[in-house]
Amino acid sequence: MRGLLTAMHYDSWILPVLLLLPVVGAAVIWFFRPAPHGDEREYGESAMPRDIAVGVMILEFVLSAGLWWAFDPAQPAWQFVIDLPWLPDWGARFTVGVDGISLMMVLLTTFLMPIAILGGWTSVRHKLRTYYALFLLLEAAILGTFLALDLLLFYVMWEIMLIPMYLLIGIWGGERRIYASIKFFMYTLFGSLLMLVAIIVLWRYTGATTFNYDKIMAVAPVSGAASLWLFGAFAMAFAIKVPIFPFHTWLPDAHVEAPTAGSVILAGVLLKMGTYGFLRFAIPLFPTAAVHPTVRMVMLALAVIGIIYGALVALVQTDIKKLVAYSSVSHLGFVMLGIFAFTVQSVQGAQMVTISHGISSAGLFMLVGMIYERAHTRMINAYGGIARTVPIFAAAFTIVALSSIGLPGTNGFVGEFLVLIGTYKVFPYLAATAAIGVILGAAYLLWALQRIIFNPLANPENSTLSDLNARELSVMGLLIVVIIWLGVAPGPMLRRMEPSSTKLVERVMGTTPAPPAAAAATVTTDSLAR
Amino acid sequence: MSFDLSVPAQLTAAFLPDLIVMGGAMLLLLWAVWRPESERHSRNVAFGALAVCAAGLAAVLFMWNRGDTSANGAIAVDQFRWLIDVVVLVGTMMTLAIGIDFNKRMGLHAAEMHVLVVLAASGMMLLAASRDLMLLFLGIELMSVAVYVLAGIDRRSARGAEASLKYFLLGAFSSAFLLYGIALVSGATGSTNLVTIGERLAAPAVAASPMLLVGLALLLVGFGFKVAAAPFHMWTPDVYDGAPAPYSGFMACAVKAASFAALVRVCIEAVGPGFERWHLALWWLAAATMVVGNLFALQQRNVKRMLAYSSIGHAGFLLVAVTAQTNAGAAAIAFYMIAYTLATIGAFAVVVAMNEGKDGPVEVADYAGLWTVRPGLAMAMAVFMLALLGFPLVGGMGFFAKWYVLQAALQAPSPQTKLSIILVLTTVVSAGFYLYVVMVMFMRPRPEGAVAPPPAPRLTRFVIAAAVVLILAFGVFPSPAVKLARASAAASFVPDTAAHRTIR
Repeated sequence: MRGLLTAMHYDSWILPVLLLLPVVGAAVIWFFRPAPHGDEREYGESAMPRDIAVGVMILEFVLSAGLWWAFDPAQPAWQFVIDLPWLPDWGARFTVGVDGISLMMVLLTTFLMPIAILGGWTSVRHKLRTYYALFLLLEAAILGTFLALDLLLFYVMWEIMLIPMYLLIGIWGGERRIYASIKFFMYTLFGSLLMLVAIIVLWRYTGATTFNYDKIMAVAPVSGAASLWLFGAFAMAFAIKVPIFPFHTWLPDAHVEAPTAGSVILAGVLLKMGTYGFLRFAIPLFPTAAVHPTVRMVMLALAVIGIIYGALVALVQTDIKKLVAYSSVSHLGFVMLGIFAFTVQSVQGAQMVTISHGISSAGLFMLVGMIYERAHTRMINAYGGIARTVPIFAAAFTIVALSSIGLPGTNGFVGEFLVLIGTYKVFPYLAATAAIGVILGAAYLLWALQRIIFNPLANPENSTLSDLNARELSVMGLLIVVIIWLGVAPGPMLRRMEPSSTKLVERVMGTTPAPPAAAAATVTTDSLAR
Repeated sequence: MSFDLSVPAQLTAAFLPDLIVMGGAMLLLLWAVWRPESERHSRNVAFGALAVCAAGLAAVLFMWNRGDTSANGAIAVDQFRWLIDVVVLVGTMMTLAIGIDFNKRMGLHAAEMHVLVVLAASGMMLLAASRDLMLLFLGIELMSVAVYVLAGIDRRSARGAEASLKYFLLGAFSSAFLLYGIALVSGATGSTNLVTIGERLAAPAVAASPMLLVGLALLLVGFGFKVAAAPFHMWTPDVYDGAPAPYSGFMACAVKAASFAALVRVCIEAVGPGFERWHLALWWLAAATMVVGNLFALQQRNVKRMLAYSSIGHAGFLLVAVTAQTNAGAAAIAFYMIAYTLATIGAFAVVVAMNEGKDGPVEVADYAGLWTVRPGLAMAMAVFMLALLGFPLVGGMGFFAKWYVLQAALQAPSPQTKLSIILVLTTVVSAGFYLYVVMVMFMRPRPEGAVAPPPAPRLTRFVIAAAVVLILAFGVFPSPAVKLARASAAASFVPDTAAHRTIR
């Protein structure tokens, strides 16, 4: 496989193509007036844009899948780098590249995008051209964020992503869509503009010559008040995006009001931009600020609060979509806990939670969307006993919920387990507290499962629900395959993340991690791989 | 060559573009009153005015290309002046173009309004050229008087009359401040020439004289009024709201560009960055203007009033660059002006396109669901709003404009970190009202029974398209504009290091 890819010069064109293809697709959809297609009766307009969009997205996934093999896990440096001039006056360049951290994010994005569209295939019924064009633009912007190695380029991509998402929520969302979309936009903008100021200050440190990530890393203030302020500005932008506990209030609104595919992408990918930002920018650029005892304790405490608080709030929700939204707050708390514990295991675990939360929350949102399309309600108490009428749906829901809980053998287990043992080595009490979050996670999801799927079939309207059709079944099947695969054999993925994670921990802790920890890391990794 | 302004021929050459526009305006005035009012005549005069501006633009480009300079006489011959002239003339031509369509729809046939626009433009060019306080005052008056009349040119409109009168009274008041300030400053320093004033200020006795301080304060008040800086901004919303839309746009961009050009010259050549009290005053002016403009814009539901407060907010952002008092600051202002002019004129062009020939407040609610009936117009307006917000890529050049100001402020010898933070926070606030327009256009349903607005007239459509294309093109590749802005400032003002004489 690798030889084939090298023969195609895969590494010299793949990243620009990944960025460009969705934009071209969007342009085609926008300017191309499709011929009558036979679905005008249902939608009042041709559904051709949907086919084009999903085609482009599948092509993206196929192309990006090559990264998995072409990527050299032994190498912690950037790979597939493309470096083109962009703004010579300020020294900003179009620099993109991939390392172990961004590789997984890129694959997660390209995988979830077509899945999201297929899962919400019939949920949007008007203005299809714009809807699908915006989705393609969203994909390009997200990929750009994960690939950018130039801080200005990163900032531009980070901001651009807001516009399609804002419109997707605001135009095709639920009842409170306008409120939710503006809140989403304003929160993110607030954080990111502070980050812009920090980027300019960093650029000054280079003598106003470059935004290159490596060069800025070399000159970034390693200690002192400046480092703390700059870290704060970056951390603010990312903390809102993750979201960390007190900044999370935009999340339930946006997730609940967004159309199904939008929720899937929000939970599956957009939140990960925040954790990615921490791993890529905030921490490596300002390592001393990140391990500053106060900063670290605040971040860890907020992470644990997020875990417990998110789970408790999820417990009392009456709306399924809201429940899933709050479960995101809880899961992302694990990611932040893992990152700020700064052991190789916990950092790897954090990335693993990132991926597996992307898969399982996407699955949950999709299932919620599917049942909503049938019963037109998201209230838990309107359901009950539907396993009798929609057994396949019930089975899929159960598997995905179990993976979200973190049942051993599913993807959810690997990440949270790694985070917990990684954290336990340095902060045993925090790890123990966070473990309560796992139990609460089981509680809210299993309780919801019981009330929705089991219990007596109380509501007569539910006795006529139709089960998942072939499309829905195949989409969920794909997700479930990934859930099991990552749960049983996470080794290949962990191996690809390991060099970058080690590099990060080394950068932060100043030295190579203590030998026992490193040995333990390999042991766990291997045992999990088996 | 370096012009010697005491030689008549060379003086004429240094003034060539201004003379073309001014002389053209005079001839146009004669032609305008030659025939009775009619739609056709008004249109012809407007095209004549466009031709005059095009000729002026050609002359500016010719002079720019020659790269002449002048010794420190009353008239500045430098690239900064030419760049501001280009911005002003392009803004003027766009105003004339949308004015033709607007007047047709409104049934306004007075041909002289197009002449007034050209006259105002010549005043602005004079402002950009003045290196002398007297000339500066002349430019301001020439510009302002024409604009006072333009605000009330629709004689049937009571709102227009109110706007015009208000603008005139307050404007005259502020001109008095300015003139008094000029008198005191020249009394204290013995000169009206900016460079000479700058040199004399180096003497501690002059710099500390109360006469000078009072004079400078009055000068700043006068400028504050012209650029609509808080707390001298009160006239702006009423005047922009009452004046005909094309001329509100004209006030928002061309008038502002010229006034800022003059202010920058004063801040770099006369009252340098070492003069701490002046710097402090500018600092507070910038901070107050950003906060007031953006906060008050939030509660506006009238498009023109919203744009008025937004223009105040932008004056604040520009003042941040002025506060830097460096070449980079001047370059940032030049660049910002290009972006801001395109976006503002574009937004007012959309207001013109939406106008159905009635005089009255333009409510944001009228734009509800615009996307479903006029998608092109709605998308153009969204681009303008995002450009004013300073959003990357979709807001095009607006992002780099804001970025340029930020970096000029942070790169200044005394980095303006606090001001930058205020700028950033008020930008977040401004998202509240810019996005509100986008939200109304895209997310609110079209009211039941509301008819679609008529298609945009041809010239207006052209102006909107040109503005969108330029904003987006410079938004991806801003380098040409950056080079122009940077070169113009570098070639026009003394290098930053020399300007940093410390005066206390």
